[in-house]
Amino acid sequence: MTDLLLRFLIGGTVVSFFAILGDILRPKSFAGLFGAAPSIALATLALTIVHNGKIYAAIEARSMIAGAFALYVYAAAASWILMRFKPSALLVTLALLPLWLGVSFSIWHLCLR
Amino acid sequence: MRMIVKVDLSSLNSTKPHEYAIRFLFGGLLTMLTGLIAKEYGPVIGGLFLAFPAIFPASVTLIEKHEKQKKQKVGYDGTNRGRKAASLEAAGASIGALALVFFAFILYRCLPVYSAWLMLIIAGLSWLALSGLFWFLRKKARR
Repeated sequence: MTDLLLRFLIGGTVVSFFAILGDILRPKSFAGLFGAAPSIALATLALTIVHNGKIYAAIEARSMIAGAFALYVYAAAASWILMRFKPSALLVTLALLPLWLGVSFSIWHLCLR
Repeated sequence: MRMIVKVDLSSLNSTKPHEYAIRFLFGGLLTMLTGLIAKEYGPVIGGLFLAFPAIFPASVTLIEKHEKQKKQKVGYDGTNRGRKAASLEAAGASIGALALVFFAFILYRCLPVYSAWLMLIIAGLSWLALSGLFWFLRKKARR
């Protein structure tokens, strides 16, 4: 329970930090970089290193390569759809979450399993 | 050289306290969730979720809303402006995600060999430098 609470507090703090950086930087395309900042990764890997050791964390980082590539596909698709069509940002970003899952698990299945 | 990246602290005022709270909540919950997934299914599956678009929907929606409100204050509809701002934010995130691939690769190769804490710092700084470089190159290519 303490571990989960610690994860919640550290994760929330790191994510908020990067989100504020994204808020104050201009132009918007540059600020957008922070939408893909390694916030969850830094918080999680730091805790993983403490609890499970660095080899375990390296295995997580290996899988993260697939997740990060899927994030690239997801964000590029969201940008294109928002520019090309007229849906709301919330609808697009939520509707595309299965795309992230599909791409990341496909890469995992083809290359990392 | 002309400064192309600026800091605008006034944008902090347009974000309401509950919007900060939502991002904190999402970030905290997602970090908890990735820990639980790794515990249940192992580090191979758990690692995928380290690059989950955690607060991306919330951030992009906030940007769309703020840009729309700005335009509405001066009498325009602002819907298109909000959508364009959201699209730009997403385009930036796609560049950041490419740099995130390198962030993960550095940690995958170097964590077992070198000091873990040093590698976390180096990987984080590499993400910052690479995403900035990719952004700059893309901007230059579009001119």
